[in-house]
Amino acid sequence: MKYHSLARSADNIPDLNYKTWEKRNLVSRLLSVLAGVFSFLCVLPLIAVLAYILIKGMSTFSLDLFTQLPPPPGGEGGGFGNAIIGSIVVTTIAALIAIPIGVGGGIYLAEYSTGRGFSQFIRFGTNVLAGVPSIIAGVFVYGVIVSTRILFGNTFSAIAGGTALSVLMLPTVVKTTDEGLKLVSNDLRRAALGVGASRFVTVSQITLPKAFTPIATGVVLSIARAAGETAPLIFTALFSPFWPNGIFDPIATLSVLIYNFAAQPYDLQNQLAWSASFILVVFILALNLLARWLGRFASK
Amino acid sequence: MTASSSPESVPSNLDICLSIQNATISYGDFEALKNVFCDIPRGQVTAFIGPSGCGKSTILRAINRMNDLIEGCSLKGRILFDGADLYSPDVDPVEVRRRIGMVFQQPNPFPKSIYENIAFGARINGYNGDMDELVERSLRQAAVWDECKDKLKESGNSLSGGQQQRLCIARTIAIEPEVILMDEPCSALDPISTLKIEETIHELKKSFTIVIVTHNMQQAVRVSDMTAFFNAEAVEGGSGKVGYLVEFNDTDKIFNAPLQQATRDYVSGRFG
Amino acid sequence: MVALILISILVVVFWGSLESMGRYGLNFLFTSNWNPVDDEYGAFTAIYGTLVTSLLALVIAVPLGVGTAIFITENIIPLKVRNIIGLMVELLAAIPSVVLGLWAIFILEPLIRPFLMFLYEDLGWIPIFSTEPLGPGMAPAILILVVMILPIITAIARDSLNQVPMRLRQAAYGVGATRWGAILNVILPAAISGIVGGVMLALGRAMGETMAVTMIIGNSNVFSWSLLAPGNTISAMLANQFGEADVSQLSSLMYAAFVLMVLTLLVNVIAQWLVKRLSLKY
Repeated sequence: MKYHSLARSADNIPDLNYKTWEKRNLVSRLLSVLAGVFSFLCVLPLIAVLAYILIKGMSTFSLDLFTQLPPPPGGEGGGFGNAIIGSIVVTTIAALIAIPIGVGGGIYLAEYSTGRGFSQFIRFGTNVLAGVPSIIAGVFVYGVIVSTRILFGNTFSAIAGGTALSVLMLPTVVKTTDEGLKLVSNDLRRAALGVGASRFVTVSQITLPKAFTPIATGVVLSIARAAGETAPLIFTALFSPFWPNGIFDPIATLSVLIYNFAAQPYDLQNQLAWSASFILVVFILALNLLARWLGRFASK
Repeated sequence: MTASSSPESVPSNLDICLSIQNATISYGDFEALKNVFCDIPRGQVTAFIGPSGCGKSTILRAINRMNDLIEGCSLKGRILFDGADLYSPDVDPVEVRRRIGMVFQQPNPFPKSIYENIAFGARINGYNGDMDELVERSLRQAAVWDECKDKLKESGNSLSGGQQQRLCIARTIAIEPEVILMDEPCSALDPISTLKIEETIHELKKSFTIVIVTHNMQQAVRVSDMTAFFNAEAVEGGSGKVGYLVEFNDTDKIFNAPLQQATRDYVSGRFG
Repeated sequence: MVALILISILVVVFWGSLESMGRYGLNFLFTSNWNPVDDEYGAFTAIYGTLVTSLLALVIAVPLGVGTAIFITENIIPLKVRNIIGLMVELLAAIPSVVLGLWAIFILEPLIRPFLMFLYEDLGWIPIFSTEPLGPGMAPAILILVVMILPIITAIARDSLNQVPMRLRQAAYGVGATRWGAILNVILPAAISGIVGGVMLALGRAMGETMAVTMIIGNSNVFSWSLLAPGNTISAMLANQFGEADVSQLSSLMYAAFVLMVLTLLVNVIAQWLVKRLSLKY
């Protein structure tokens, strides 16, 4: 026998005990410890980041943040009420654009297309679009809307910003709609068609409601992502130190504010950046938890 | 409720390889199998038969500690292998599986080449002899050498179902265990492959102790020397069933002159 | 509609970069002199920065992410703890880039500066450590990129590992493998195609990452081999200069954006090819 590992003890009982010092057991334990260390390192940044945001953000938390305008460099006090409203406005615009187009596209892919060349191309395109860096989306919208002054002669505007964000949201919404609809079993569809419902009615009243949860989850998550994006907004919605003046003008947003204020050499601005981060992160985490809670309904 | 082997059918000079002593297996709070006593003789084929859900696969997996992979599974009682308690806290399950091999219901070759499928097990157990020779020997013993010898470098998945299962048998033999456990090895195969594997079992019996779980009573008759019949009864005050050992005896006694009514009903096809 | 948008993005960027392409041709890719004042542009520093930061971030993040994924999917520690770790890594993904940039400037960079100083002082004869770390630079940028791509790698690796069917695990343990013997020899290879897909996805994400990088990389177009020096990436450059660029600078920026798009596309295509190549049939 060329195996040496079948040891037996003195009275011929097989020796099955765990040999702590055998090489492969040592290696195994070492690797487990290493994996544990790696996991710890992964979790560490999250804790560190959240901790600092909490500490620095809460230290100057006051109602002023919601009601006041940003102070000029070197100035005193102030808040970023305009940025909060601005973020909400821009994100809403983005959602209003992305959701209909995205859900529509997803419905087309899952329900109407034949599964051949064209829809494969669309799916491929969606995947590629998902990989496009956010700044390129901003550049693109800049080229199309801002520099051409296509919107009634305005350049930087909230609408431009919302459009750029919707470009980022689109692939996710299409994908989750597509997959959510694919999960609905075909029996349901055939049953509806069997009682004489048209394709359109089937989709809108039977399949879509059934797939509501995964679609809603995807939408909420993409909104959360859009809310935090900065790059697309820098040269589309720009920034404004004033209260929002309609959607055809530049508008302040939390993310751009953080970007601008982080770079300035004044403590006050830096502090405001932390406070804004705090509020933004709370908002995004809330959306994420909402999506997770929604996701629980999917399994029912 | 349980019946150990009766004195006349197990001569006292029979060498006992595995001794299951009052084993009760639970998944969490749910008892799957209770109070099993069974002494499995060395060098023979023992079959576990019974209706679905009576726990025969569960007790089989307990023998080589595969139940460790299932969260929440626990065992009360003892299983002795040549006198060593398999579930003692010092025991390394890896060592147990080294000596007690297993062939599964679904053929599961590694996604590697045929050669590597066999070499892998040998290598991790410290084999330092001629690997080519080991591969050929194992494949021959599993009666699949002729179909494999020209494509040793191809993936194990390129074989048919029956061939894959024999490859899995070869893989198990290669590490030279003392016991081979087989969990319904033919249930996913066609009749011809099944026959080939049964022939292989007859050959393997000369070098290994074999315990086979099977749904197929004719197979138990063809292949085994001893048979254990398990059944399941409803749990009082709860849902679900718990399994138990009804009778354990020579195969021809179980099928021609069973002592228990339940056994008689099952082997005559009244239920199951 | 999606296809339309994709194509139109390509067209717009390409169109905008035509002027600059006409002027510099391929040299654009290899000169590092970026001077709006003199109206001279060469994107080499930025391209180099994009590639180096992304690849180095990947080198660090892949072992961390895959190791964590293995730790979460095997039963080395109780299930509840594993779920919490998984949750925390996912939450990391939700933090906006700009917030991470803020954290990088004020917390991360000062934290690692002593270590970088040590590298400069003791190992400064090695070219990659040859400049004095004075604040923003490539090194903190690489670290913050690691933080950003970790969640993707971990999540995808975890999903790939979970998808390895139970019967393969049983087969591995059945022939007497130890836990890590089974992981390294059977389970990991079976999951490798999914993991590689995730890694490439992370690479694409790292290359396009803008905000956090731009806030901490120093935005310098002067080329240097040193990792401790300030540098630039294409996306950071775009973010910085786009708002106030004049026409010819704009065109050069568009050219750079086009290069970035080509790079990301390339990564995507290679990713799909690799995944197909590596898929083990089981």
